[in-house]
Amino acid sequence: MLFALEVSMHQGWAILAVVGELELATAPRLRQRVVGLVGDGCAHIILDLTHVDFVDSVGLGVVVGALKRARGRGGDLVVVGAADRVRALFELTRLDEIIALFADLPLALAELDVVGAGTEPVDEPVDERTDQPDG
Amino acid sequence: MGEVRLEIPARAEYLGLARQVVAAAAAIESTFRDERIDDLRVVVSEATTNAIEAHADLDRDERIVIRCNLDAEQIEVEVVDRGSGFDPSGLDAMPDPERPDRLALESGLGIPLLRVLADEAEIRSGEHGTAVRLVVYRVPRPAS
Repeated sequence: MLFALEVSMHQGWAILAVVGELELATAPRLRQRVVGLVGDGCAHIILDLTHVDFVDSVGLGVVVGALKRARGRGGDLVVVGAADRVRALFELTRLDEIIALFADLPLALAELDVVGAGTEPVDEPVDERTDQPDG
Repeated sequence: MGEVRLEIPARAEYLGLARQVVAAAAAIESTFRDERIDDLRVVVSEATTNAIEAHADLDRDERIVIRCNLDAEQIEVEVVDRGSGFDPSGLDAMPDPERPDRLALESGLGIPLLRVLADEAEIRSGEHGTAVRLVVYRVPRPAS
């Protein structure tokens, strides 16, 4: 299963892009990355789910935990790019009432009043491929 | 269609395989709507995640069993584990987003999601294991 996390910085916001499925096997990696970001003093996070094709309650729970960590350090977390079926889960669970969802990154940047062009990668993409089950 | 039966080790890396097999079984019936298969993937993920977590204290050789039966109108899935069981009563409601400690709750969404997205959901749990029976219809049932 392909799962990757990529972080870039934009005007003080960390843009954390997730690729793959967000569930029991992968969500801990997202949690670990958020803990690292917030621990490093970056508590303003844009979580880009454009390339996430599946989320379940474990993935949603990690997003809630990430929001708590960000706000606990005086920051915030917003979600961008969620596909319709992913967005529907935020709505069904009423998480859309506590987490701001934006259709895409430019809309979020405009709404958050983040100005300036381009983003600056802060590290290399982490491309983690889980071995196929061997029975 | 006959029964499709899958046994998996209780390990997180097999969760995706469980979703793939059940979704592929449903897709055999070409009239199953895509959004229904999306619902099916979520509810299977929730039930199988619970089963994997229920096996945390068991021998790693203990398997989780997933059975599917498909017909023209619906798919029935049963996820069976050998964990120590749990009391499902009181777990049906989505956490209120306005409760002051909402952000402290990273769990508690699985059973409510399962109840909302499956057309039928039955949880039988005891000290020797849990069986979750889920039914997803080919088309959504009309809103009541």
